[in-house]
Amino acid sequence: MIPLIGLAAGVILGLVLSPTVPLWLEPYLPIAVIAAMDAVFGGIRAALEASFNDKVFVVSVLSNVLVAALIVLLGNQLGVGSQLSTGVVVVLGLRIFSNVAAIRRHLMGA
Amino acid sequence: MTQVQGTPPVSPRHAWRRVLRLIRPRISAGNLLAAGITVVIGFALVTQVQAANDVALDDLRETDLVALLDDVTKRADTLESEIRLLEADRRALEEGSGAEAGEAARARLTSHQILAGTVAVEGSGITMTVAAPGGGFTPTMMIDLMQELRNAGAEAIQIGPVRVVADSWIGIEDGTLVVDGEQVAVPFRIIAIGDPHTLAGAMAIPGGFSDSVRGIGGNVQLVDGELLVVDALHRAEEPQYARPVPSE
Repeated sequence: MIPLIGLAAGVILGLVLSPTVPLWLEPYLPIAVIAAMDAVFGGIRAALEASFNDKVFVVSVLSNVLVAALIVLLGNQLGVGSQLSTGVVVVLGLRIFSNVAAIRRHLMGA
Repeated sequence: MTQVQGTPPVSPRHAWRRVLRLIRPRISAGNLLAAGITVVIGFALVTQVQAANDVALDDLRETDLVALLDDVTKRADTLESEIRLLEADRRALEEGSGAEAGEAARARLTSHQILAGTVAVEGSGITMTVAAPGGGFTPTMMIDLMQELRNAGAEAIQIGPVRVVADSWIGIEDGTLVVDGEQVAVPFRIIAIGDPHTLAGAMAIPGGFSDSVRGIGGNVQLVDGELLVVDALHRAEEPQYARPVPSE
């Protein structure tokens, strides 16, 4: 419950402040957001499977974001930033899909 | 999708009960930490969405870019033609600097109106009362009269009730004078606006109009005037064939 409220608070905070993304963060933010979402859906799935662990959740979010940022950074350095970003988005998207599928199977039994 | 799962399958009923239990707020360090993380995630999500809304050009697809380019080109063309129009306007205004040009145009209009006889005029001039009991006017006499008055600088002439302009004509019908199709019965008055002295002198020259009138047994009374009014108007007719050449 409290994490959900936190999510809503974050959204509202973003809408109210509507900050401009600093230039150095621009390539990393979209990937980081998707990575974090992957971790969130993983966390929900884990909660449904009664294997949710705060520490695991926090670590997975942070590591996801960090790895995603590192991959983008590496891609930019190698000159294949946009292709690598696409790859990361595809992989994370697949993971989100499978997590959501698992959540659905748990809640609906189908 | 077949997937090997590490945890034993959970029945939906158990899962929903777990959801309900999760929804119940429990304050614990881990929960708060997760909440902190989700606050950051929500914030980043919205920020990124808003940043993505003002799309930079390099994120657009080729077709979008082509459409955008077309749009911009069309706009540029429109603006280009507008520039040409405005520049032509500016040139026209510069050549006849504003108020001065208007003043000149008004002056020209006034002189044209007087020449065309479409406005009443007043000024110094002469009035002649012509009486010839026996009649006997000839068109030549009247043409001579008009030529003499114009040579003497008459700016507006009225014979009887008729304004004399460039295309006025004079005829004799059944012994009566006809000016521009209107009969002018004797005695009639001629008003000419101009320098009174010059006009009077022109009328007095030997063999001129006054002499001719005396020759047919009539007489001319000439009076100078300081403020005479020529109020007969000539109706200007739209030319049927002549068209002004448009000035560039």
